[in-house]
Amino acid sequence: MNGSQLTTPDITQLKKTALELRRLALKIIFQAGSGHPGGSFSATDLMTALFFGGILNYDANNPKDPKRDRFLLSKGHASGIYYSVLAKAGYISESDLDSYRKINSERFLSGHAHPKTPGVEIASGSLGQGLSVGHGIAMGTRLDGYDSKVYVILGDGELQEGQIWEAAMSADKFKSNNLVAIVDYNKVAQDNITKDLKDLEPLEDKWNAFNWDVHRIDGHNMEAIMKVLQLPLHPEKPRVIIADTIKGKGVSFMEGKTAWHGVAPSAEDYEKALKELV
Amino acid sequence: MKDGPTRDAYGQALVELGADDPRIVVLDAGVSDSSRSKKFGDKYPERFFNMGIAEADMVCTAAGLATTGKIAFATGFSCFLLGRSMDQILVSIAYSNTNVKLVGTHTGLAVGEDGPSAQMIVDMAYMRAMPNMIVIQPADWEETVQATRALIDYEGPAYFRLGRPKVKAIFDSSYKFEIGKGRVVKKGSDLVIFATGIMVQESLVAMEMLEKENINVTLVNISTLKPIDRELVIEMATSHKAVITAEDHNYIGGLGDAVGEVLLDAQISKSFKRIAVRDQFAETGTGPELFEKYGLSANHIAQAVKDSLRPA
Repeated sequence: MNGSQLTTPDITQLKKTALELRRLALKIIFQAGSGHPGGSFSATDLMTALFFGGILNYDANNPKDPKRDRFLLSKGHASGIYYSVLAKAGYISESDLDSYRKINSERFLSGHAHPKTPGVEIASGSLGQGLSVGHGIAMGTRLDGYDSKVYVILGDGELQEGQIWEAAMSADKFKSNNLVAIVDYNKVAQDNITKDLKDLEPLEDKWNAFNWDVHRIDGHNMEAIMKVLQLPLHPEKPRVIIADTIKGKGVSFMEGKTAWHGVAPSAEDYEKALKELV
Repeated sequence: MKDGPTRDAYGQALVELGADDPRIVVLDAGVSDSSRSKKFGDKYPERFFNMGIAEADMVCTAAGLATTGKIAFATGFSCFLLGRSMDQILVSIAYSNTNVKLVGTHTGLAVGEDGPSAQMIVDMAYMRAMPNMIVIQPADWEETVQATRALIDYEGPAYFRLGRPKVKAIFDSSYKFEIGKGRVVKKGSDLVIFATGIMVQESLVAMEMLEKENINVTLVNISTLKPIDRELVIEMATSHKAVITAEDHNYIGGLGDAVGEVLLDAQISKSFKRIAVRDQFAETGTGPELFEKYGLSANHIAQAVKDSLRPA
């Protein structure tokens, strides 16, 4: 499918898709017996809008099309939702998902994604690298004369990595306005809440100081997400969308909990969660 | 035949090769005058990205560019190019298998006066240990030019180790560089020296000294440290009584280990000496002074040859 052809996204349909993707992500994490549900659910609505709201220009049957838009999940641990989205988009099949985090996975569905999987641009797993890589892609496609856009989802804890701010300076220097960073600001990291681990605030001021085009939205409000993603590019500044999200969004007992950063649900919790994801 | 620093040869080769190949892009981390990548930047400013003093960002940006079909040469002082970005190189370049050439200049004790924090002696160990990464260190101008061209034709991650000081010409234009192939520079008998980079020149000086005492040894240039030319190493080691390796690098993880691993695997038992930095940090001083004090000079090589050939 070509995402760009969907011009009038149906918000209700997008919400339905997001719910379906949350169920799928939880299923594969449950089946794998390990994974990262919290950070998958905080990013679900953002990724749903990008892939199924007509924002990203892609063709799953031609994943290496040089003119495509790029999507990078820099917070690579949210692979549960990433592979679910790639399956829904047609890069891989839903049955491929059974091999998530399993040995001999034909589509290489590792705990953190790798470009051996169709639709994946670069390996992840070490935080802080995706914005630089995305910027390199943004410069490369511009050099080729294409108007491709590059979207990079960053975790909030990831912004504690110094390299993010190196990349922020670089994208300003090269006026890479085709680079869009989306901060999945779920306020919770692995062993602590982000604020106590190392506070990011004042976050908008930081990005403004780096001369980016800064937007802040509710990252679970589909209308707001679509509105900001549909904005025309800034004439010269790279864009950052700070999306306020909730870790584990959609499952009450997971929401806002560090405990649900990197564990799979038990059979009982899985059933409980599915009842909420309707 | 041309004398000169390998970094200069690299800078010039890029300018020449860049004319015909729009895929070539060059990045630097704020040292482009010293690394010589500036020459490319002056000629092709639209394909040159000076990323500032931010090596981690630079190597990942290079990886991103490579995914769009570019051949990305990420250039900098080896100490910082690699030292500041090992994890980035591992994930975004080696593991992702992106077509990035990491070009580290200012390597080894030959750097001299800037001191141990600027004398990169662990880079070959770093890079040899990474899956998907090849490691090349040219010995002179001609080999640098040819290796730069070969790196463009080779698709995949590579580390290219260059030096600061001027080195004498070893090869003329009849030489054909090939990734993964060593080359016999001079044929002698009894003992074989495997040398890399500036140590090829240093070994030739040692051999001149030895010839005056009627000791004629073989010198082999190993420019591809990984994958090393196993066949040639085995052939040369088998046909000589003793083996010496020579490198301007720590003795752990570099040429000595690479040759030693081949010999061990092939169960070849020979007298084996390593001319290398002895697992220590050096100090300030000129390159030649440091070579003398820290065991890398022609005098040390000549002595090692004599020690190896002395009847037990």
